[in-house]
Amino acid sequence: MNDQMLLSKSRAFGSLSSSISTARRNTMAQAILSVPRSDRKIVVNTGLFINNEFVKSVDSQDLIQAINPATEDVLCSVSAASAKDIDVAVSAARKAFQTTWGKNVTGFERSKLINRLADLIERDQQELAELESLNNGKPVRIARDYDIGDTIQCLRYYAGWADKIVGQLIEVDNKTKVAFTRHDPIGVCGQIIPWNYPIGMWGWKVGPALATGCTIVMKPSEITPLTALKLSELVKEAGFPPGVVNTVPSLGHIGGAALAVHSDVDKVAFTGSTVTGRKIMESAAKSNLKKVSLELGGKSPHLIFESADLEQAANWAALGIFYNTGQDCTAGSRLYVQESIYDKFMTILMQKAKELVIADGFDENAAGGPVVSKTQFDRVWGYISSGISDGAKVVLGGEKRPAKGYWVDATIFTDIKPDMKIVREEIFGPVLAVGTFKTEQDAVNLANDTTYGLGAGLHSNDANQCMRVSSALEAGTVWINQYNLLNNNVPFGGKKQSGIGRELGSYALEEYTSVKAVHWNFGEKLDWPF
Amino acid sequence: MSQIFSYEFDTPSFKGKTSFNTGLYIDGQFVEGAEKQTHDVINPTNGKVTTKICVGTGKDIDLAVKAAQKAFDTKWGLNTPGSVRGKLLNKLADLMERDAKELAAIESLDNGKTFSWSSSIDIPGAIATIRYYAGWADKNHGQTLETDENKLAYTRHEPIGVVGQIIPWNFPLLMMSWKIGPALATGNTIVLKPSEFTPLTALRMIPLISEAGFPPGVVNIVNGYGHIAGQAISEHMGIEKVAFTGSTVVGRKIMEAAAKSNLKKVTLELGGKSPNVIFDDADLEQAVNWSSHGIFWNHGQACCAGSRIFVQSKIYDQFLEKFTAKAKSLKVGDPFATDSYQGPQVSEIQFNRIMSYIDSGKKDGATVHLGGEQHGTEGYFIQPTIFTNVKPEMKIVKEEIFGPVGVVIKFEDEDDVVRQANDTTYGLAAAVFSQDINKALRVAHKLKAGTAWVNCANTLNPQVPFGGYKQSGIGRELGEYALANYTNVKAVHVNIGQKM
Repeated sequence: MNDQMLLSKSRAFGSLSSSISTARRNTMAQAILSVPRSDRKIVVNTGLFINNEFVKSVDSQDLIQAINPATEDVLCSVSAASAKDIDVAVSAARKAFQTTWGKNVTGFERSKLINRLADLIERDQQELAELESLNNGKPVRIARDYDIGDTIQCLRYYAGWADKIVGQLIEVDNKTKVAFTRHDPIGVCGQIIPWNYPIGMWGWKVGPALATGCTIVMKPSEITPLTALKLSELVKEAGFPPGVVNTVPSLGHIGGAALAVHSDVDKVAFTGSTVTGRKIMESAAKSNLKKVSLELGGKSPHLIFESADLEQAANWAALGIFYNTGQDCTAGSRLYVQESIYDKFMTILMQKAKELVIADGFDENAAGGPVVSKTQFDRVWGYISSGISDGAKVVLGGEKRPAKGYWVDATIFTDIKPDMKIVREEIFGPVLAVGTFKTEQDAVNLANDTTYGLGAGLHSNDANQCMRVSSALEAGTVWINQYNLLNNNVPFGGKKQSGIGRELGSYALEEYTSVKAVHWNFGEKLDWPF
Repeated sequence: MSQIFSYEFDTPSFKGKTSFNTGLYIDGQFVEGAEKQTHDVINPTNGKVTTKICVGTGKDIDLAVKAAQKAFDTKWGLNTPGSVRGKLLNKLADLMERDAKELAAIESLDNGKTFSWSSSIDIPGAIATIRYYAGWADKNHGQTLETDENKLAYTRHEPIGVVGQIIPWNFPLLMMSWKIGPALATGNTIVLKPSEFTPLTALRMIPLISEAGFPPGVVNIVNGYGHIAGQAISEHMGIEKVAFTGSTVVGRKIMEAAAKSNLKKVTLELGGKSPNVIFDDADLEQAVNWSSHGIFWNHGQACCAGSRIFVQSKIYDQFLEKFTAKAKSLKVGDPFATDSYQGPQVSEIQFNRIMSYIDSGKKDGATVHLGGEQHGTEGYFIQPTIFTNVKPEMKIVKEEIFGPVGVVIKFEDEDDVVRQANDTTYGLAAAVFSQDINKALRVAHKLKAGTAWVNCANTLNPQVPFGGYKQSGIGRELGEYALANYTNVKAVHVNIGQKM
């Protein structure tokens, strides 16, 4: 008994010391973060995750600081990947694609691993939520129940697709020829994800890529790299072969640019700003014509018609703009209310907006946290100032808190004009511009007067109007009598300058597959020349 | 006023007249174009001017986009049910069928391909494509998605809007049908730019489009140069999608212009250097016939031409002998002669380009096994050419020649040939010849190409998708797949009971 215990103890020590020495050899520091209002710690590996190991940069000492936006404190520093590190990660992904993943593994096996990953995320849901909250600022409760809850479902949804990637069998000539299509995995995919839903966007990207058999070089946002590193541990634990998922925190203009221009990356998927989206598409055009999908910005309209349930419409409108502190590409940032109900509706909306609690993510009453970074803080406040100087009326918020942290409280502008910056440009903060309309046609015209086309919402109790207006709105997602809720099986993406391609649903599978048509001759004889 | 081009064919294979307007077709009217520029259309058989046509500039593209947007907003798009769009497309196909011989003759005059090919492949293929997409017009379905009983979610596959389409000169009318078929079936309106080298069949289609009953502005055809009219389409803020078939170099420029302007959606069908793989257990006669068809069809001016012919060592000599005999038997000559198999290359530029590739092959030390010279002294005719003793780094092995020039390469085994075949930045097509079903499938699956032929080559069907892996393109044409290139998916989430 004692021997047994000793043996197992020495084994434990043995493996521990060997992992320490490996860690020393490869770098690799770990950061230990304290969970606020508890005595728990979260250990984060701060290296680059390549080939299922956390490693140092091959040629760079650069670090990225992860900052808690509620306190402005530095949480820890992580390695910043250089262009050479991207090369290393791409090679790892290519090798995995050719040997242990891609067409070398059955859909059934891929499905099992993705489900296992979802189980592990579920096991660690609380810890991941705390880490997400520390780095992004969003409330732990929301990160846990929504961001991560949805991610688990998203992975399970795509796990279900992994063994249902089907081509077509196409009738050509029943006596001599048949054709079929295979939907092959594209290969090595670069995925560049944003900071507003670090885990959520990770799930949207890796789910369909892994289900179809692609391998991944993932670049999380430099502002929120921590949860992607934590998820990388779970990727390994779930049993994915080395090189299938590689995680390379880096600055956009270094690691992101290197991925976009890389000749051995077959596809790049990006979620972020329209400005960066353009650069990525240009890099793809100039390099190897890699396939591109882009989920970009929005300035989404939200229409309240006079027949709507005003109480409910106000709730959804508030959710539409204030959820995630407005840091949402589909944020319903332009609210247009029918004149006949404007005063009544605004009274309700103001009351709802005032009830919003924006506070530290570890405060249980918080419905929203700070904005994510100093840059975003300055940007959002810059827009608020421009709204004021352009003559819009601030009816709520618009005042800075005299405290540390990147706080922006719910802000509502009225008396807006179509050419104001706060009406035309994406603010990405809890800042709502409210206008009015007389007729349905006015509403549609106002709504579509934008270069964006990501989301749109309308509230009406007139079924015909709901159909008419939802058809006329130029957007990839339209909500009727609700807003901002997505489902993993319903596609999401932009019209106009909000993006290219669709994520989620069966549609996303197309973004990660190359269609090969095989023409099979079993009887046609060719006389030649004829 | 734009000019009418009239021509009388008095040839062994076709006798008849044609007459059509050579202007720009915008909003249902022929116009001369803002700059009143013209372009000489050259007969590749003799280098002489066939006719002048009007060519457009950015200003004309602007007008065409306005017309297309107006048509989209008022008479087409979601204003016309799919069944009506289908009916009009079928009517267009009927009219093309009525005038098929005339269209084929114009194609041969303009492009130089033989009348027997244009009348048996190009025009019937174009008609079949239009009919195929006519059938899709009222079957453009979205999905209804189960979420929960408080919510209904569904998708609409809406037409994108005004689409720009830039087509090449190698299969002028066929490529036009690949482009306009799915675009019109899904309800888009079109600004089409044919190649300046082969603008004539597109012009001859205009009266048919009008007669079929498409409202003005639905199809606008603006002839012009790539760097002017093509560029204007690619960077236009009012065009939400651009589809292009042509070279990889130009494809890049189009994608860049889209990225820099309004992030229009892009589909590209680009170049290729497609491998044609013959194993020693293949039906040799048939493999020879298909391989010849693979490289010499359309004078090698096919993006999926099987220009790298890999032959297993055991049958290499035998194959080469038979393949050479086939190539020698090709009659190069006037496209309208009844016994011609191969006409001239399309233009002087292409002729010079191909001849310079042949020179580079010679300089690099490859053996000219057959041909390698101009055919005759007039026009842009080139002898069917076979190179042997090539090395992987030679330009004639790496780059797309787009002419009747094939390289024959020996290989040892399956792994060897898969490696060699995939050693290219292109990925458009590939062909495998073997009687071993396991091997044929294995290799077809391993080849990185959007189209893989087994025991055939260079044969396409409207219902089977076509497009490139790697640097051969983005997106798929033909088949059901092409519909996705012309639709925007809108997800509609309807709350039917959830309280917030």
